[in-house]
Amino acid sequence: MVLTERVAPAPVKSVAEGAPPRRPNKSQGVAYLFLAPWLLGAIGLTVAPMVVSLYLSFTDYDLFNTPNWVGVDNYVKLFSDDPRYLQSVGVTLRYVAVSVPLKLLLALGVALLLNSLRGLGQAFFRSAFYAPSLLGASVGLALAWRAIFDTWVDTPDMALTTIILLSAWQFGAPMVIFLAGLQQIPRDMLDAAEVDGAGWWRRLFSIVLPMLSPVMFFNLVLETIHAFQAFTQAFVVSGGRGGPADSTLFYTLYLYERGFTEFRMGSASAMAWVLLVVIAVITAVLFRTSRYWVFYGDER
Amino acid sequence: MKRALALVLSIAALALVLYPIVWLVSASLTPVEELVANLRELFPGSITGSGYAQALDGVGGSTFWTFLTNSLVVSGGAVIGNVVSCALAAYAFARLRFRLSGALFAFSLLTIMLPAHVTLIPQYIVFQQLEFTDTFVPLILPKMLATDAFFVFLMVQFMRGIPYELDEAARIDGCGPVRNFRYVVLPLSQPALVTTAIFTFIWTWNDFFSQLIYLSSTEKYTIPLGLRLFIDQTSSSSYGAMFAMSVLSLVPIGLFFLAFQRFLVAGVATTGLKG
Repeated sequence: MVLTERVAPAPVKSVAEGAPPRRPNKSQGVAYLFLAPWLLGAIGLTVAPMVVSLYLSFTDYDLFNTPNWVGVDNYVKLFSDDPRYLQSVGVTLRYVAVSVPLKLLLALGVALLLNSLRGLGQAFFRSAFYAPSLLGASVGLALAWRAIFDTWVDTPDMALTTIILLSAWQFGAPMVIFLAGLQQIPRDMLDAAEVDGAGWWRRLFSIVLPMLSPVMFFNLVLETIHAFQAFTQAFVVSGGRGGPADSTLFYTLYLYERGFTEFRMGSASAMAWVLLVVIAVITAVLFRTSRYWVFYGDER
Repeated sequence: MKRALALVLSIAALALVLYPIVWLVSASLTPVEELVANLRELFPGSITGSGYAQALDGVGGSTFWTFLTNSLVVSGGAVIGNVVSCALAAYAFARLRFRLSGALFAFSLLTIMLPAHVTLIPQYIVFQQLEFTDTFVPLILPKMLATDAFFVFLMVQFMRGIPYELDEAARIDGCGPVRNFRYVVLPLSQPALVTTAIFTFIWTWNDFFSQLIYLSSTEKYTIPLGLRLFIDQTSSSSYGAMFAMSVLSLVPIGLFFLAFQRFLVAGVATTGLKG
């Protein structure tokens, strides 16, 4: 379909490259007219709230009384005087560290499988495997998941595993991206390797995976950022409280509890900023390491 | 031979992946006594529609139709807001020249990665002070202001692919930017607009977090919040209604999926949209 040709794949075109040709300056004002809703949203719903939330994170604001400046108290307390906070950090890190690789491995495996179908019902399977990615984010399916794994959900050791499996079950979206990447690999390159005596595994590790590494990187960044913010499934599967015994107390769940049931908005804002910094740092680290394992076609 | 093996493996994997969905549909039709006796039974001894009857009656004092209407209003409003506001912004970024366009677009890309939590609390405070909590305004207004940067990005990428000669031709024929947008760029951007509409609908339909925060009275509840009421009810007598309502909540997504699966899959494959 048209979309496939028009929308450029993952790499973002540089702004200069995609810029329209020079034309009279008349369109300046009109441009801002088109941009007005976006500008209003960017300032009113993104920049200003960010500034305010940073300020609130240094106060004891509780939604009812005027905020008092407390310095870095909120931040210090989180890490020194709040065992449940540290628990939520641990749960979330474990969730990210297990669910993201698991999901991506499943996605890669199924993409390789569907790719070797060579057109035999491939479109059907691709759509069918993608369906859970749409359904899995819903409360309805999480309720079903909770019932299917009802014995695990009540066991502190297994409850987190249930949620990890629910996340891995939604491997369809990265799978579709992997499959699109696999289909970009030139057939004759693989054929040539086969003629030269390279077996399936050799072709996988020497050609397919390196050629796929940009897509892998893209999926990894996207899924990691996403996993840090998981909320709905944890809320539903744990009955809204991160139980049993705080074993599924996700970061966002604790943030919700602090901000919207305890109304400690200052502390909740501090939590949000720690989350932002952690996500930014991890994304930066992923970008840094990418030069060692991500190969783009034009480098030799 | 290898293809046949791959086919067998694909079918087996698909059966495993679809199991939870099949189970849910089966459970929604199973009599409560059987559910209580054996929750994992896939083929019930008898079939009942009582779960669906109970689900339509609703929970917490509101009927299913109330939840459904609310969900449709919120999702419909979000779709219209997103398509209009993102198309306007994308047109400016993709086809018009103005100072700061590079910086503003870069900023827009950065906000894709921004966790919603850093803006959530001040937004909530403002909406609360304007007395918009427990209305649909906080759920729809942000969409009208193009805060879903991802869709701005999607449309910018698409609009850049439309030949600039068309703008030139339109300009020579006397079209200003407004008419050029309306009669040239917008019609040609239809695939991107449809992709945005579909994903916005499904994401808003599934959205739980913001609806949980902003809506508090049951007559304002959307379907996810209605379902949430079942979480607190531990008695197994509501199992039938809970699963029936879960199935009903997934039906619109299923229909969208069947109708637009090519759009959905192509959208994911080319832009990396999350499902």
